[in-house]
Amino acid sequence: MIWWILGFLALALFALYLSITAGRLDRLHHRVETALASLDAQLLRRSAAVLDVASSGLVDPASSLVLADAAIAARNQPGDPRDRVVEESAVSAALNLMLGSCDDVAALSATPRGAQLCDALSGSVHRTAMSRRFYNDAVRACKAVRSKRLVRLFRLAGSAPWPVTVEMDDSIPEGFRGR
Amino acid sequence: MRVGIVCPYDWSAPGGVKAHVRDLADALIEMGHEVSVLAPSEGDELDEPYVVSAGKPVAVPYNGSVARVNFGVVAAARVRKWVKEGQFDVVHVHEPASPTIAVLTCWVSDGPLVATWHSSQDRSRAMSAAYYILQTAMEKIDGRIAVSEKARQTLVENVGGDAVLIPNGVACRNFEKPDLLEGFPRTGPTLLFLGRIDEPRKGLPILLEALRAVVEVHPDLLLLVAGPGDNEEVQEELGPELAERVAFLGLISEAEKVAAFKSADIYIAPNTGGESFGIVLLESMAAGTPVIASDIEAFSLVLENGSAGALFENENPKSLSNSIIDLLDDPIEQGRLIEEGIRRAFEFDWSSVARDVVRVYESVIQPGVKVQADFSGQFLGRISGRSE
Repeated sequence: MIWWILGFLALALFALYLSITAGRLDRLHHRVETALASLDAQLLRRSAAVLDVASSGLVDPASSLVLADAAIAARNQPGDPRDRVVEESAVSAALNLMLGSCDDVAALSATPRGAQLCDALSGSVHRTAMSRRFYNDAVRACKAVRSKRLVRLFRLAGSAPWPVTVEMDDSIPEGFRGR
Repeated sequence: MRVGIVCPYDWSAPGGVKAHVRDLADALIEMGHEVSVLAPSEGDELDEPYVVSAGKPVAVPYNGSVARVNFGVVAAARVRKWVKEGQFDVVHVHEPASPTIAVLTCWVSDGPLVATWHSSQDRSRAMSAAYYILQTAMEKIDGRIAVSEKARQTLVENVGGDAVLIPNGVACRNFEKPDLLEGFPRTGPTLLFLGRIDEPRKGLPILLEALRAVVEVHPDLLLLVAGPGDNEEVQEELGPELAERVAFLGLISEAEKVAAFKSADIYIAPNTGGESFGIVLLESMAAGTPVIASDIEAFSLVLENGSAGALFENENPKSLSNSIIDLLDDPIEQGRLIEEGIRRAFEFDWSSVARDVVRVYESVIQPGVKVQADFSGQFLGRISGRSE
């Protein structure tokens, strides 16, 4: 009799563990999704800010062209950030090339309009890097739980897709560091 | 933006994390954000109108020292109430991996959550034992901040994951008050040392050794030693030639610290290591007092390799005494260091630190989403939720 009770208790505890883990996993998937949406929003804001600078007439025509070209390519690429890492990295590269040094940024922010554009761009460059870090962090946490044997055995993740990190160049141009 | 900040330690007692939270809250309010701070506190009468008490703290032995914190059923209920009524766009907890209301807040809230890691500690047994529970709370954090590289390491080793580095700030305008200590100004140069007297890492023995050479050139010199610790032993070692030249102030308040900076001609930081950042150096510079510091990595960084303050060779009393004598004899260099110091300190002013923190908030908040009190994901929560 005692074994029956113990067995039942063990089973109940096990079921409880599975239930808690499923709840935990659900929350983690939600976190991955919202982090991805945030990253998407920040990237869109960044390319918009780059376009603003390119069309402001405050930078030389050649730089304008390179910046606008990269930003438009990123904006036209369909899908979420995972599908456009190449294009978004190209935006970062263009920024580093055209507004990379402290002198470039100082020259652009010499006028009030330029300073405004610079602040907006600097803000979104920093936020983009943070968002990506937070997204990858969420992915890592989610993967850690999903790769547990019991989670796979009992298919606790359901049909949710396996999360993947976003690997792209989002280095902060030197001129924007500490701004 | 409506921001809810959780300070895990007693609000009525001074402390690093508390000061950080207060300065951050002040800077955010100045930027036009609405802020509510939840913290344990002894009394109900608090200087800051934005602080909500989470109840009386109790002394708990944790991680080798005694923390004044609160937790338990009553604290959890207060946290829930605060989250529920706050309508926050983002909740920001400090030191989440500690047995305090910080981890409780992570546990009961659902929505954009940011956390800052302050201390560096080795992975503790308690943390390993409570790993599963801790992990389920930590997993809810959307944005992680570490105040130093060491704090970031702690986070990576204990809970995994990554964090953005945002160093501590200096509330520069708090160091602009012109008040001096009693009996000041005096004739003759004044030096200042801050830190525990009986902790060799803070470097007082090196400074005293260097002082013997300095008093030969400047017999009217006075060294102010401010900090807790038993000074009898140190006093005995001073000997007759130094006994009159050193004054012990004991543990001083925040206001007295500002006055001490203002009263001194030079602040000396002879720390031999173990410093992750030189916040005190920046405070001295903000007060307009030039700094001479050991050339350990953290200090070299803050002093821009010697251009914003003088550096001497670590653990070398001779090098220190030379630096002191050189600077005391050179008013032009003093003037330059004061100017450069103020400029450098403002780079770490809370206004720029708060701007970076707001960027973290902006990258985790979701339009139209407020932080909710949530217990539903947890088994215990489901039980206690039903009893409501």
